[in-house]
Amino acid sequence: MSRFEAFIGMEVHAELLTESKMFCGCSTKFGGPPNSNVCPVCMGLPGSLPVANRKAVELVVKTALALNCEISSPSIFYRKNYFYPDLPKNYQISQYGDDPIGKNGYLDFMVDGRPKRVHIRRVHLEEDTGKLFHVATGQSHVDYNRSGVPLMEIVTEFPPDIHTAEEAREYLVNLRSILLYLGVCDGKMEEGSLRCEPNVSIRAKGSTEFNPKVELKNLNSFRAVYRGVAYELERQAKLLSSGGRVTQETRRWDDARGETFVMRSKEFEQEYRYFPEPDLVPLTFAPEWLDELRRALPELPEAKRARYQQRYGLPAYDAAVLTVDPRIAAFFERAADAHHDAKAVANWVMGDLTRLANATDGGLDALKVTPDALAALLKLIDAGTISGRTAKDVFQEMCQTGKAPDQIVREKGLTQISDETALAAVVDTVFRENPKEVERLRNGEEKLLAFFVGQVMRATRGKAAPDLVNRLIRERLS
Amino acid sequence: MAELQELTAHHLMDLLARREVSYTDLAKASLDTIERVDSQVRAFVTVTPERALSVAAALDAAKAHPSPLAGIPIAIKDNMCTRGIPTTCSSKILRNWVPPYNATVVERLLQQQVVISGKTNLDEFAMGSSTENSGFFTTHNPWDLTRVPGGSSGGSAAAVAAGEVAAALGSDTGGSIRQPASFCGVVGLKPTYGRVSRYGLVAFASSLDQIGPITRDVTDAAIVLQAIAGHDPRDSTSVPLPVPDYTKSLVANVKGLRIGKPREYFGEGIDAPVRQMVERAIDLMVSLGAQCEEISMPHTQYALPVYYLIAPSECSSNLARYDGVKYGLRTAQDVDMIAMMEKSRDEGFGPEVKRRIMLGTYALSAGYYDAYYLKAQKVRTLIKRDFDRAWEQFDVLLTPTSPTVAFEIGARVADPLRMYAADLCTIPVNLAGLPAISVPCGFVDGLPVGLQVIGKPFAEETVLQVAYTYEQHTEWHKRRPNLEGSTAAAGGGAK
Amino acid sequence: MTEDEVAHVAYLARLELTPEERKLFTVQLDSILAHFRHLQELDTTSVPPTSHAISMQNVLRDDEVTQSLPVEDVLANAPERDDSFFVVPRIVES
Repeated sequence: MSRFEAFIGMEVHAELLTESKMFCGCSTKFGGPPNSNVCPVCMGLPGSLPVANRKAVELVVKTALALNCEISSPSIFYRKNYFYPDLPKNYQISQYGDDPIGKNGYLDFMVDGRPKRVHIRRVHLEEDTGKLFHVATGQSHVDYNRSGVPLMEIVTEFPPDIHTAEEAREYLVNLRSILLYLGVCDGKMEEGSLRCEPNVSIRAKGSTEFNPKVELKNLNSFRAVYRGVAYELERQAKLLSSGGRVTQETRRWDDARGETFVMRSKEFEQEYRYFPEPDLVPLTFAPEWLDELRRALPELPEAKRARYQQRYGLPAYDAAVLTVDPRIAAFFERAADAHHDAKAVANWVMGDLTRLANATDGGLDALKVTPDALAALLKLIDAGTISGRTAKDVFQEMCQTGKAPDQIVREKGLTQISDETALAAVVDTVFRENPKEVERLRNGEEKLLAFFVGQVMRATRGKAAPDLVNRLIRERLS
Repeated sequence: MAELQELTAHHLMDLLARREVSYTDLAKASLDTIERVDSQVRAFVTVTPERALSVAAALDAAKAHPSPLAGIPIAIKDNMCTRGIPTTCSSKILRNWVPPYNATVVERLLQQQVVISGKTNLDEFAMGSSTENSGFFTTHNPWDLTRVPGGSSGGSAAAVAAGEVAAALGSDTGGSIRQPASFCGVVGLKPTYGRVSRYGLVAFASSLDQIGPITRDVTDAAIVLQAIAGHDPRDSTSVPLPVPDYTKSLVANVKGLRIGKPREYFGEGIDAPVRQMVERAIDLMVSLGAQCEEISMPHTQYALPVYYLIAPSECSSNLARYDGVKYGLRTAQDVDMIAMMEKSRDEGFGPEVKRRIMLGTYALSAGYYDAYYLKAQKVRTLIKRDFDRAWEQFDVLLTPTSPTVAFEIGARVADPLRMYAADLCTIPVNLAGLPAISVPCGFVDGLPVGLQVIGKPFAEETVLQVAYTYEQHTEWHKRRPNLEGSTAAAGGGAK
Repeated sequence: MTEDEVAHVAYLARLELTPEERKLFTVQLDSILAHFRHLQELDTTSVPPTSHAISMQNVLRDDEVTQSLPVEDVLANAPERDDSFFVVPRIVES
């Protein structure tokens, strides 16, 4: 691979967070019974006509602005003509040519600690297709519920700025973050609401011509994107090194086997016969409206990362992790503003909070803990009221029940025992009950210290202040 | 009293309102006429007697005449969706398709409680100028059964001319309302593009299609237009302009009207007798106080190729949905998906439809898009500009509707180009999106001739007034064809 | 226009033509297109294309859910169905 340079173009499709479809009022809700969210328009019945969804247009404009694009005005819809059973009209209403809603933008992010800029050629609006299911008989079943759902397509510039699998992954991670921040898409790759199709080609270093590119499909996670691209780069390198040629084709990533395979082509004529959609009129955007939208954009990840480092003194790594998901970031900020130690807050958010959110159905939104409650918990730790270890259990309870930390501590009697006299008594009891181990500890078996600490903890049901216990044991020994 | 089936809709409305005839009797008159004459005329694909009589019965039971068109027997061209009634577009590929929804225009008529007598025959998917391209059968001109009624709304025009219904809806992409109206001696109006909703009209060429009335006289055209015009939020190309009261345009006055006579519509492509009739009509208007001047519209000669590139291109895309997957004909052969689509379309589409799909696909394909489709769209702008220039000087343009009178069935089917030439005078109007009406202005060898009045965008009022004025000073609209089995008024269309 | 081009266009349009149809269409389409070649004589370099006869913009609808068709209506005209799914024949790479 070192003889070669790689070029990776990224084509991303994002299902937009609208209530209704792109050109009709059918619901976009996922998972209903087949063909239950369908009407003459999204079914392509004879005589039906499309009417564009205002919110979908706005979401795409917002995204284009956030990606530093020029906004085309007018912007036109086109018909992309091809035959396939999941495409009811046998054309898709999309955008083409020089006037997509957004063009000539860029995304800045960090890879390996270094800044990277990926240029974006176009951001445009189109409609999704229905779903085809192959069945045992060899036939296929078609469900048009998804047909007509608004879709945003984001395509990187050519020649590509992305040269490694890692850059490809980081581009996607950062792009997805922005979409979450804007509330434009829910970014669930596993569910298909965010789809990524890298176009991969390589060439010998020093040559000026581009080789045919291979389009990859079925990459349903960041990890799959990384692995898929990496595999494909290797495959092409091997092919070219042995004197072969790369065929322009579409390949499917098989996650289980870790390889790409040539796909059965769905339609292999690339002749889409684009022409302006006569049933829809142009979109135009007033400069004042665009300015207003631009001003109303939320603080985006890049700006937020910079601010976290400056305002909270967090290292770049923490800032990056905290800003991937805007809800996590929002939680962190509220808690950090309520507590003096931002780093401690960051640790808890990156650690226990994220872990619990990932393990819970419904994620962060399903957890009942509030940022203020986390700040209160940290205060209890600072005051020595509970140990760090106990705090973890208290936090879990807070997430499940929504109760305040001091309430939980009180109810469960978890207050740390810091009374020297009381603890000394416990230590003495433990010593009395384990004379052999005391002898061994006195003789230098340091590791038994943990045993005694553990025994004291057991006796006190975990509530003994650990540092104090350590000190008392050592004192008692001598 | 003349037979009910010979009366205009507005006359019938009057009789109904005064309870001189019952809704049921009127519905029966329409259905009986259909039964008596349609074996000869063959205007209808589907007749809906039960529905018709049920609506009439409900109206008879009600107290007052609820709306202008209540109880009026109307025919709908079979390319407009009618819920629960097969909508075939006269194509084998949709022979058994029953839409689950109504076109907006149908909804609006149903709200007025019209009596829909049935769905009328057309050239398949509205592609043609004679109704010979119907996938089922040809309609015959009531004035001479050996001749075509024109197309593509031949069924609707023949149904009105034959007295089977009092009014009908047609659609017009390159002349498909006006030309058959002209061949059948009735009135046909194509509104400005965007005036009437296209929702539920099975698309042929989206940037050209419009729905309009086909009626016995101009008054009826105004009434039906009133009922169907207006903004529809389900049609993005429907214009949100208020609908004026078109009946106020029914005033016989053309004093000071500036008429333009485009030279290119009176050239050698037009049959001499037709030209004479139309010029006589223009003379009449001048004698009534209008002024007429010639004008040149130099890009007229390009209208036919422009139309026959744009319309097939759009139609090749609009008709892609007919693939045997979700509705319509699917081949009985057990083959794979692509072959299934290919065979279903081959079995379902007639030759003219295939020809236009092929032409359109070619014109849009890589390497040809710029030379054909894009070029045609640019020349379309030039054609539109010719009209814009005309409107600086004139209020309306008067032309023949068609270069000839109705030709014989079979005379042009083998020669597509010659068939296309029948639309010479009507096509430019669609390209520019303008309103235009055809009114009968004479007979040549017993066959009707049509006068076309073209107006500025959204000037249906002017167009109606000019047409009305002409009509009120002539008797052509009072003639009825002499169909065997129906009692014709005096002065039928004997040769 | 050659017969090969006609065959290719027929494939793009998913129309299965018989050899006779292919021959006939080649002749007819060729003569129609020849007729249209004189469009080229017009200078349209600075002329914008007309995609719409009316000049409207920004016709948009609010993002509100409206009622969909009952499933039975959706499938009523299906050439082949399996419960609530449309059924299509096997898809083969050709």
